Amino acid sequence: MDTSNANNTLHSVIESNYQYGFVTDIEMDVLPRGLSVETVIAISEKKNEPEWLLKWRLTAYRHFLRLLETQGMPEWQNFDLPAIDFQAISYYAAPKGKPVLNSLDDVEPELIATFEKLGISLTEQKMLSGVAVDAVFDSVSVATTFRKELNKLGIIFCSFSEAVKEHGDMVKKYLGSVVPATDNIFAALNAAVSSDGSFAYIPKGVHCPMELSTYFRINAGNSGQFERTLVIADEGSYVSYLEGCTAPQRDENQLHAAVVELIALKDAEIKYSTVQNWYPGDKDGKGGIYNFVTKRGICKGDGAKISWTQVETGSAITWKYPSVILKGDGSSAEFYSIAITKNKQVADTGTKMIHLGKNTKSRIISKGISAGEGQNSYRGLVHAGTNAINARNFTQCDSLLIGGTCGAHTFPYIEAKNKSVQIEHEATTTRIGEDQIFYLNQRGINTEKAVALIVNGYAKEVLNNLPMEFAVEAQKLLAISLEGSVG
Amino acid sequence: MLQIRGLHAAVNDKEILKGLDLVVKPGEVHAIMGPNGSGKSTTASVLAGNPGYIVTKGDIRFYDKDIVALKPEERAGEGIFMAFQYPVEIPGVSNINFLRTAIGETRAYKGLPPIETREFVRMFREKQHLLQFSKELAERSLNEGFSGGEKKRNEILQLAMLEPRLAILDETDSGLDIDALRIVSNGVNKLRSSANAFVLITHYQRLLEHIEPDFVHVLYKGRIVRSGTKELASELEIKGYDWLNDLPAALTDQN
Repeated sequence: MDTSNANNTLHSVIESNYQYGFVTDIEMDVLPRGLSVETVIAISEKKNEPEWLLKWRLTAYRHFLRLLETQGMPEWQNFDLPAIDFQAISYYAAPKGKPVLNSLDDVEPELIATFEKLGISLTEQKMLSGVAVDAVFDSVSVATTFRKELNKLGIIFCSFSEAVKEHGDMVKKYLGSVVPATDNIFAALNAAVSSDGSFAYIPKGVHCPMELSTYFRINAGNSGQFERTLVIADEGSYVSYLEGCTAPQRDENQLHAAVVELIALKDAEIKYSTVQNWYPGDKDGKGGIYNFVTKRGICKGDGAKISWTQVETGSAITWKYPSVILKGDGSSAEFYSIAITKNKQVADTGTKMIHLGKNTKSRIISKGISAGEGQNSYRGLVHAGTNAINARNFTQCDSLLIGGTCGAHTFPYIEAKNKSVQIEHEATTTRIGEDQIFYLNQRGINTEKAVALIVNGYAKEVLNNLPMEFAVEAQKLLAISLEGSVG
Repeated sequence: MLQIRGLHAAVNDKEILKGLDLVVKPGEVHAIMGPNGSGKSTTASVLAGNPGYIVTKGDIRFYDKDIVALKPEERAGEGIFMAFQYPVEIPGVSNINFLRTAIGETRAYKGLPPIETREFVRMFREKQHLLQFSKELAERSLNEGFSGGEKKRNEILQLAMLEPRLAILDETDSGLDIDALRIVSNGVNKLRSSANAFVLITHYQRLLEHIEPDFVHVLYKGRIVRSGTKELASELEIKGYDWLNDLPAALTDQN
C-alpha cells in the first residue's frame, strides 16, 4: 500500500479544536507577579489563616528555595523541562465578591455561567443528582453543592479554606502527612502558595451516597493554579471522588502544580478519578498548561483500599504519578490510566505502589496513546518492603501508536525486599494500522469514528472504572482529543 | 449497476490494472479468475476505494454515479461491500458493537434513522443462524483470535447484515476447509436476489462449484482477456493458466 497517501488520510483526522478555550471576563483580585516570603504571607493573610499554617507554608517555601539552589529543577523525567520563571507568575487570582459563600445565591452569575458552559451546573436542581461539586475558579473555591444533604450523614465536603477554619484540627493532623512539603520541588511550591482546593471527610462506616467532585478552572492569565485536596475516609467508609479540569486557550504556558492527599483508614475505600483536559497548546506546541501534580494516598489501616483512575487528555506537559502507600495489612490499591498525547504534547505519568504491609495487593493498568509528535512515557515503581510478606502486584502497560512520528516509552522499576513477593509485568505496543482504518471505512465508518472505536476498545478496561456518569463523557473526550490525530 | 471502463490503477507507482472493462447488472454473479499477480485483489481494493491504490485512468460508475472520488465509507454507504481476503483483528471492539456502528453509519449515509435494537437483534439472530455463527464469537472482539474460517464466516455475516447492492468477495475461499466453504457458499446463495450482485474473486474453480456464476472472466496482466459462462471456469480448471503466456502480446499489453 502507498503509505504516504494512507498517512495523509490518517493525518486529516487529528486536528481538533479545544472546546473549553474561552475566557470569563470578571473582576479579579490578583496578587502582583512574583514569588517571595511576602507573597506567601499575603496569601495566608487573605485567607485569615492560623499561625501554624503560615509557619508550615514558610518552611515549605524555604525548602523550595533550597531545592532550587542546590538541586535545580528535576532532570530525571523523559523530556526537557522548559525553564519556568517563577517570578513571572501571579500566585493568587480570585474573583472579587463575598469572600465567604453561605449559599449558592451569593455566587456571581458570571461564574455560574462559566461553569454551566463547561457542563457543570452549580444550581442544585439542574445538577446530576448523584454528584456534589466543589467548583474552584483560579485560586479559590467559588461554590460547593449538596453540602446540607451530605452534612446529615456527617460527611464534610467543602473548600480547603473553609476546612482550615472549621475543621482545623483535622487539617493540621493530616495535611502533608502523605505528601510532605519536602517531597519534591513542585510539592514544596504548592505547600507554600496553595490558595484553595477541596476537603472531604467521610465518617466511620458511612458509604457516601453521591460522587464528590471538584472542577478546576484556570481563567486568569499569567497566573498559576496551586490547589490542595485532602480526602479522609474514616474506618469502614466509602467515597468516590472525581475531578475535572479545563483552562482557556492562551499562547503562554501556565503552571498548574497541585497536591492531592488521600487517607484511607481501616477497611475504608477511596476511589479517585480524574478527567484532565487542561488546554494542551496548539498543534505547533505553543501555549498549554504545564501540569505538575503530586498525588498520593495511604492505606493507613488494615484492609483499606485506594483506587486511582485517570484520563489524561490535556496539558502541554503532564508530570504526575498518583501513588499509594500500602501500609495496612491486607490493603489494596489500583491505578488505571489512559494518557493521550498528540501534536507536541508530552506525558510522563505512572504510579508508585509502595507495599509495606503484609498480604497487600496492587494492580496497575496503564494505557498510553500517542499521536502526532506526542511523547508518552509510563514510569512506575513497585516496591515491596521487608515486612510486605506475600505482597502481590500485577502491572499491564500498553502503548498505542497512531502514525509514525510519535513515541511511547516505559520505565518500570521493581524493588522486592523479601522473597514471598509476586510481581507480574506485562507490556504491549501496538499501532493503529491503515489496514484497520480501511477495514472500518469499508464498512461505512469514517476515519474519525474508526479511530474513536479502536481507541475506546483499547481503553475500555480503564474507562470501565470511571463512575458511570463520567464514563460516557470520557469516551467522547477521547474521541474529540484524537480528532485529526491519525497520521 | 456497475460499469468499469478502461480502468488503470497503480499501487506504489506501479501500474497493476491496465485497461479493465467490466459491466455488472443487478441479479448477476460474476467470477474474476486469473493467476497470481494478474490484478485480482487490486480490482477489489480499487472498487472499495482503498487509499493505497490510485486510479490513473478510466472510470468506475455505480448506478451512473462516478465513484472514483468517493471515500471508502461513502462507497460503503452507496452499497458496495468487500469481503476481505485477510480480515483484520481489532482488539477491544466487540463484533456486535462494530456491526451496530457499521449499520448505523451506512443507514445515516442513506438518510435513514438508526436501526431499532429489537430489529437489530432479530436480524442478527437470523443471519447468525444462516452462517452458523456462535453467540460466543459474536460477542468477542472483532476477529481477534478467530480462526481463518471464522474470520471468513464473519465477513459473510457482515455482508448479510449490511445488505449491500454489490458485494465483492476477495478470495473468500482461500484457506477454507470444505465445511466452512459450504457454510459460506450457502450463505451467499441465500443472499442472492434480483436486486443485488456479486463479484467473486478467486484463484480456483472450487468456489464456483458451490456458487454458480453467470459470467466468468479471466484477468491477466491487468486486463480481462477472456469472458464466458461457468464452462470457462471448468476449462481453466483443466488447462490451468499457462496458456495465457501464449496469448498474442497485443491482447495483453496495451501500454
